[in-house]
Amino acid sequence: MELIQQLVNGISLGSIYALIALGYTMVYGIVKLINFAHGDVFMVGSFVGFYSITVLHLPFLVSLILSMAACAVFGVLIERIAYKPLRNATRIAALITAIGVSLLIEYGFIYVRGAQPEAYPGDVLPEHAIQIFGAKINSQSLLILGVSVALMIILQFIVHKTKIGKAMRAVSFDAEAARLMGINVDRTISATFAIGSALAGAAGVVFGVYYIKIEPLMGVIPGLKAFVAAVLGGIGIIPGAMVGGLLLGVIESLVSAFGYSLWRDGAAFIVLILILIFLPSGLFGKYKREKV
Amino acid sequence: MKKRKLAGILLSLSLSAGVMAGCGAASTGGSGGKETIKVGANLELSGGVASYGQSIAEGLQLGLDELNKKGIDGKKIKLVKVDNKSEAAEATSGSLKLVSQDKVAAVIGAATSTNTLAQVQIAQGNKVPLITPTGTNPEITNKGGKVNDYVFRTCFIDPFQGTVAANFATDKLKTKKAAVFIDSASDYSKGLASAFKSAYKKNGGSIVAEEAYVAKDTDFRATLTRLKAAKPDFIFLPGYYEEVGLIIKQAREIGIEAPFMGGDGWDSPKLVEIAGPKALNNTYITNHYSSGDPDKKIQDFVSAYKKKYKGKSPDAFSALGYDTAYYLADAIKRSGDASPEKIAKALAKTKDLSLVSGKLTLDKNHDPIKSASILEYKDGKQEFNTKINP
Repeated sequence: MELIQQLVNGISLGSIYALIALGYTMVYGIVKLINFAHGDVFMVGSFVGFYSITVLHLPFLVSLILSMAACAVFGVLIERIAYKPLRNATRIAALITAIGVSLLIEYGFIYVRGAQPEAYPGDVLPEHAIQIFGAKINSQSLLILGVSVALMIILQFIVHKTKIGKAMRAVSFDAEAARLMGINVDRTISATFAIGSALAGAAGVVFGVYYIKIEPLMGVIPGLKAFVAAVLGGIGIIPGAMVGGLLLGVIESLVSAFGYSLWRDGAAFIVLILILIFLPSGLFGKYKREKV
Repeated sequence: MKKRKLAGILLSLSLSAGVMAGCGAASTGGSGGKETIKVGANLELSGGVASYGQSIAEGLQLGLDELNKKGIDGKKIKLVKVDNKSEAAEATSGSLKLVSQDKVAAVIGAATSTNTLAQVQIAQGNKVPLITPTGTNPEITNKGGKVNDYVFRTCFIDPFQGTVAANFATDKLKTKKAAVFIDSASDYSKGLASAFKSAYKKNGGSIVAEEAYVAKDTDFRATLTRLKAAKPDFIFLPGYYEEVGLIIKQAREIGIEAPFMGGDGWDSPKLVEIAGPKALNNTYITNHYSSGDPDKKIQDFVSAYKKKYKGKSPDAFSALGYDTAYYLADAIKRSGDASPEKIAKALAKTKDLSLVSGKLTLDKNHDPIKSASILEYKDGKQEFNTKINP
């Protein structure tokens, strides 16, 4: 009974990790860059949602879409300004830039609006508790799961059934060959950033509704955890990010459930270390020998 | 070329401005017989517990405005504010700046115990009195049996809050099985919890579960589910409002109905926003004062505060900020020449000073002996429950 409750807790938490992890994985798949600013896009999305709910008085779904749109634009801006000029630079240069962009967004945001936290209004969504097998499930946890699953299905559709999705897969497979086939690589990369950032924005709003408290540095830890989730599932592989996110959420909840709540963050990073030692390409990744 | 020249001029201008500012500070600091006394405030004006720092700053300003109207022996107090961003490292460097650059006669701050402890060494080393309006950890004034000569506080200390909470839980709420849920990184939280535990056990109750969290966590459901399984009839939660709000909200969601109780760290309007008024029913806090207390001195303060800050009702932090202004002014008056050493000596001898948060007398550890109020949350509003004397 307690275990079921803990699984529900873990799945709700994990679906937020999964939404953020998707953005990491998509960007990595296409430009081989760990976009460390991704957690901060998540934070910006959360604040856009907050202001559109409290200041513009928009309903939840409209705020969600507005926040996703704003984040898509923001993500493309980051890509165009910070990463595009470094497309042919070394990987380490791009990685360092990503960390720089992340810090710039965090502290720029604090400079503009201050570091004080905000609270999402409690009545954004109706709250009901549902009893299943003695576990008390909040309607909001179901909603999180619903939104996450819906967005993942849409993402699968975009990647596999649309033209831009085909272009994304082609660029991720071989950017040079794709260019020769007449695919606009720059635009495809921008589209990837837009989609990934929109998902982060959605995660931000869902996070706000579920956890209420948001603040400018809220993206740091979820961002890192989502990175672990992406690596766990196999970085660059979309279904891997979903499974990795959910699995990480459940692992964290179980660690707390056995009374080691202070070790929870540690557990996530122990998972990262174990994965990197024993299964470097992740659960869904194929082992590829690097040519020397 | 032109640009570089302009930049050069600007740079030299700003440098000379800095030098002049330094001169200004030197001429007002130090010796007696001056018109203004500089006092530093090192507070949490932004960051995680910004609402404490802001409230203290508002109360402090109101107190100083009133005092400056009359003047203290013809002198006025000038406040120099530093924002420590709710971080211990910033609190240390902020205090260093106030003491060495601004040459203040005393430093007020910080709101939390952790950020105050970060300044104790600077106050002791430079012999400048430090008064924390709300830092309740015993170690601030007394470390390992040795009293810090230059460190003072306006509030009561953690063991007192923890003991009061334990007595209230056993005598008034008639509970027998308590759980304790603490912030593992906070000196404040640990201090309250240990005092609570020993007093609760002494009253015949038992502690059925002890759990901890880390500040900045957002998901407590897993740990709370574990707490629920221990079936406590009372949960002591000595934390700060950001996490406390989330914990109470999530606890009610997974079906924990037991009363929660905490200390003054809960006292913020943000708590109600985060937890929601409904989840907060059946929760209690120990606090320094209540704006609902019918005492005349308190009601006068409440109306003066409301007049200055557009109808805002003062919380305990504002009240203690206000009291700190009077506490310091009283010591400056008795010190004679307002030098940091003499102010510290005068502060230590404070006796029966009547303040908004009760009558203040210092014991030999520099800790005030005064009364505590117990407040209950009813539909998001704090209601005065009882007052407990030491």
